[in-house]
This record gives sequence, structure tokens and C-alpha cells, in this order.
Amino acid sequence: MFENITSQLLFGQILLGLINGSFYAMLSMGLAIIFGLMNVVNFAHGAQYMLGAFVAWLLLTFLGVPYWGALVIAPIAVALLGMLMERLLLRRLQNLDHLYGLLATYAVSLIVEGLIRQRYGSTGIPYDNPMPGGMNLGFMFLPYYRVWVVVFSLVTCIGTWLLIEHTKLGAYLRAANENPNIVEAFGINVPKMVTLTYGFGVGLAALSGVLAAPIYQVSPSMGSNVMIVVFAVVVIGGMGSIVGAMATGYMLGIVEGLTKVLYPEAASVVIFLFMIVALFMRPSGIFSGRSEGAR
Amino acid sequence: MNPKLIIILVAAALAIAAPFFVYPVLLMTILCFVIFACSFNLLLGYTGLLCFGHAMFFGGAAYITGQILKTTSISVEVAILCGALAAGLLGLVIGQLSIRRQGIQFAMITLAFSQLVYFVLLQMEFTGGENGMQGIPRNPLFGLVEVRDSFSFYYVILALSAVAVFAFYRIVHSPFGEVLKAIRDNEARVESLGFDPEKFKLVAFTLSATMAGLAGAMKATVFQFATLTDLSWPVSGEVILMTLLGGLGTLTGPMFGAAIIILMNDHLAGFGEWALIGQGVILLVVIVLFRRGFVGEIGALMKYLARRGKKPSAALVTAKPVVEQSR
Repeated sequence: MFENITSQLLFGQILLGLINGSFYAMLSMGLAIIFGLMNVVNFAHGAQYMLGAFVAWLLLTFLGVPYWGALVIAPIAVALLGMLMERLLLRRLQNLDHLYGLLATYAVSLIVEGLIRQRYGSTGIPYDNPMPGGMNLGFMFLPYYRVWVVVFSLVTCIGTWLLIEHTKLGAYLRAANENPNIVEAFGINVPKMVTLTYGFGVGLAALSGVLAAPIYQVSPSMGSNVMIVVFAVVVIGGMGSIVGAMATGYMLGIVEGLTKVLYPEAASVVIFLFMIVALFMRPSGIFSGRSEGAR
Repeated sequence: MNPKLIIILVAAALAIAAPFFVYPVLLMTILCFVIFACSFNLLLGYTGLLCFGHAMFFGGAAYITGQILKTTSISVEVAILCGALAAGLLGLVIGQLSIRRQGIQFAMITLAFSQLVYFVLLQMEFTGGENGMQGIPRNPLFGLVEVRDSFSFYYVILALSAVAVFAFYRIVHSPFGEVLKAIRDNEARVESLGFDPEKFKLVAFTLSATMAGLAGAMKATVFQFATLTDLSWPVSGEVILMTLLGGLGTLTGPMFGAAIIILMNDHLAGFGEWALIGQGVILLVVIVLFRRGFVGEIGALMKYLARRGKKPSAALVTAKPVVEQSR
């Protein structure tokens, strides 16, 4: 069955897998950060990713703001919306069972997706590629924009990881994750930190959305489709483990790409099969570490 | 006469008379979702497990029942039961894996499983993929009685629903049901009393999956088609909304919740996305303002009034809302 696989197809799918993996990694990292501090599974993450792409498209269409401007403005705008949501909604639920946080963010995603679909229809809208062209490597064709996405997401992921593991700010964050009361006693404004952290996670989702806009089309359902895969990624990597989320995201993106070449029928389910295997082998996640143990 | 018995008799009389006044297909849809909501309530309301993939049992059973009716001459009620049992079997397998993790992760895992089932069934030939399974026949009841018209079929669905609701009532009021509630409230203590919570959770999950399957199988025979929509995660979300709106862990709440949401969907069907947006808004309002659901709130109000009529000190012992705990 393998003789008809050209290198073009193989490397093309690996690259596509790497691209998908970049989005999985960025999205699941944002989820893990939010979950780590707030114990909220942010179901609206997909909707916020979609909003990022939509804001970029709105900026381009109605204000003429190019891609590079949108890459900065859209995440900030969506992050501000997210912080508003944290203040008005999630804060009221923080002392309840965590299930309510999941359900409330699910409700928000229903409303956001519904409104966008009502206003702009459910068909995808193309977004012009800001870096057309590419280079021929001999064994495959490499579009510049895809290289940019992979590199940019890697830099973002590593940057975020460094921020959390190796800066004072990150140390506060990790400490508040373990015991918010003591951190508050040290004079740190934990509620404000929670708001900012949520905003940061949401901003990461929106940033992925802007990155995704030229590759996939901008559509209301782009978020919910990727969301469930990202949930599986987070479960496999171990909840609240930032490195785990990142590594699992890239890995599963590539696995998915390879499956598309070797056994296309299984491509849509391979991540879920991985999840089953992971549940069998490591019930608490393959990268579960310090932050997981407490729960 | 016992007031409970009067309520049941009145409800039965209303249910029997209803198709003379209301479109039977709408009534049957409501009944299907009433059973679906009850099955979900058994898990979240009574066991404290949030399954975010209940649609896999609902939609999966619909395909199984549809396939049986299309390819064999097995009577309609047996086909529905087969669909329910198949869903129960699926529940046993998936429950085995999912209950390894608790709380929020259980929700995410069941969601992922439902997506897996969705993709598998999408690719299988017999389901008809994106087009769904069309033209499911209603084979004669017991192989004898024709039930092709909606009016007579309504009574078949009503009878099945009545049996399911009675079973649900018996389950939650049995010693087994009491253990489930105890697991919901304090799992560690149940374990220390010598019970194995995992085993109880698995049985509850399987029972709930069977019941959800019954609901889905009934729906397939009502509409005479089965689609991927019934398997998709928005349906899993819908049943959560129905249960929460009516009142988590109350016997009748989810039934009312199901009826309200189905009627709302029916009214908003012509207005594009507004049905979904409305669901989101209702869910938010329920979560923020009245987490006991409206049957739960009415019950709490009645209890409060009754206590105020008696001794004032007794009012201190108010019922704690279900699943609510400080972190």
C-alpha cells in the first residue's frame, strides 16, 4: 500500500500536520494555563480562536488593516473581551463546582458562534495569504506562509513557557496555582492576576485564530471543530501541564498528518484513539507532573 | 386518596388525551427528549458525573434500531429495545475507560469519545454518511398491529416512555440509587464504608447509556430517519441544558426542561440561529441565577414556606443545592 506515496504527498502532509500541531499546541497551552490557575475548562476557547480570525477579517475588510496589524490588534481585542467575561461571569462561579465554569463557557461559545453565524452566515470566508509564494525544495513545495506559522507558533510556545517557568511573574502564577491564599498574603493581587491570566490564554487563542485565517477559511464553526481535538490533546498531555500540552499538540498534529498519508480513513479518529491508549497506560496523562498531583 | 396518586392519574389522563389536541409528532419528540433528559439526570443529578457526550448513545442507538428495522422484519418494539441495549453495551465499554478520571476530565473524555463515535459512524456504510439513514419502516407492533400513522404510534411511544420513567423512579429510589447519591455527595466516605464507587458509577453509566439509547431509538422510529445531528455534540449540550433548566437531581425537573426546550426549538425553528443562541442565554441565566433549576427552586420555596409555618428553627436546615461545593 505504500508504493504509491510520493515524497511530495508525504512531506506535504507532515507539514500540514505540523501546522495543525502548531494550532493544537497553542490552543491547548492556553487551555492548560487557564485551567492551572482558575480550574476552569475554558470551553469558549474555540469560539475565542474563531473570534480572532473573524476580527482579523473584519479589520481587513472594513478598516483596511493588513494581516500584520491584525496579528497585534485582534488578540488584544479578543483578550479584552475575555477579561470582561472573566470579571462579569467566571468570577461569580469561582467558588462553585468546576463543572459550572465549563458549562458557563460552553453557553458563551453557543451564543458567540450563533451570533456570528446569524450575522455572517455559516460558509467560510477566504482570507488573503499575506505571504504568497514559496520555494521548491526538490522533494516538496514549501509555501512561505506555512513556514511562518510553524516558526511563529514555536516561538510563541517557547516564549510562553519561559515566561511561566523562568520569570518572577511566572513564579507568582505557579504559586497562586498551588495556594492562592498564601500568595495573596504576600501582597499580590490574585483576582487581578486571574483576570490577566485568563486574558492571556484567550489572547493566545485569538492569536492562533489570526494565524489560521489565511490557511483555513474564516468560518463560525472553525473553533468548535478544533476544540474537541484540543480537549483530547489536553487529556493526553495531562491537565494543567503546559509543557505536556505543547509537546502533545505538536506530536499529535504530526501523527494526524502521517495517518492521512498511510491510512486516510483513520485520520479523523487517530487522536481519539491515542487518548484511549493514553488513558490505559497513564491514567493521569503522559506529562502529568507537579501541578497535576495536587488534584 | 394519596395526592401523589392523583397527580400521576391526572398526568396519565392528560398524556392519553394530548394527541387529540396537539400534533402527535411534537408530543413524541418531547417524550423522546424527556427520556433522554432523565437518563442524563441519572448521571449528573444523582451520581454527579457530567457526561458531555451523551449524544453518542442517543444517536448511536437510532442507527442500530434503524438498521434492524430496515434489514429485518423484527417488530418495532423489539428493534427499539435492541437499540437501547446496544447503547448500553457501548456505555459499558466507554464507561470502563472514562471513569478512570474524575470531575471535569470525565466531561472532556466523554466529549472526545462521542466525537470518536461520530467519526466512526460517519464513515460506516450502513449509516449513509452525511445523508443519514432514510426511510426507516415502522414494522408492526408485536408483528401484528400496524402503527404507521402517528396517532396510534404515539401510544406506543407513550407506553415505552412510561415504563422508562417508572424504571428511572425505581432506580433512584432503590438502595442502589441511595449509594449513587452518596457517591455524588462524598465519594471518599462511600469508599470507606466498603462500597466500590467505581463499580457503582459504571453501572449508573451503563444504565444511563441504555436509557439514552432507548430515547434515541424511539426518535428514529418517530421520524423514520436517523442523522448525524443526533450524534453531534450540540445534542449532548442540549440535554445538559434541559436537565439544568428543569432542576438537577429532581425527579420531574429534567422532564419539564426537555419539554420547554423542545417547544422553544419548535417555535424558533424558522429563525435561523436564534434557537441555539436562546439555548446559550438560558443556560447562562440558569447557571448564574438559579442553579437548582425551576422545579428545584419551586421545591425549595415550598419547603421554606412549609418550614416557616412550623418551627422557625427548622428553617436552618435548608437543602444544599446539588453538585455545589466550595473548592
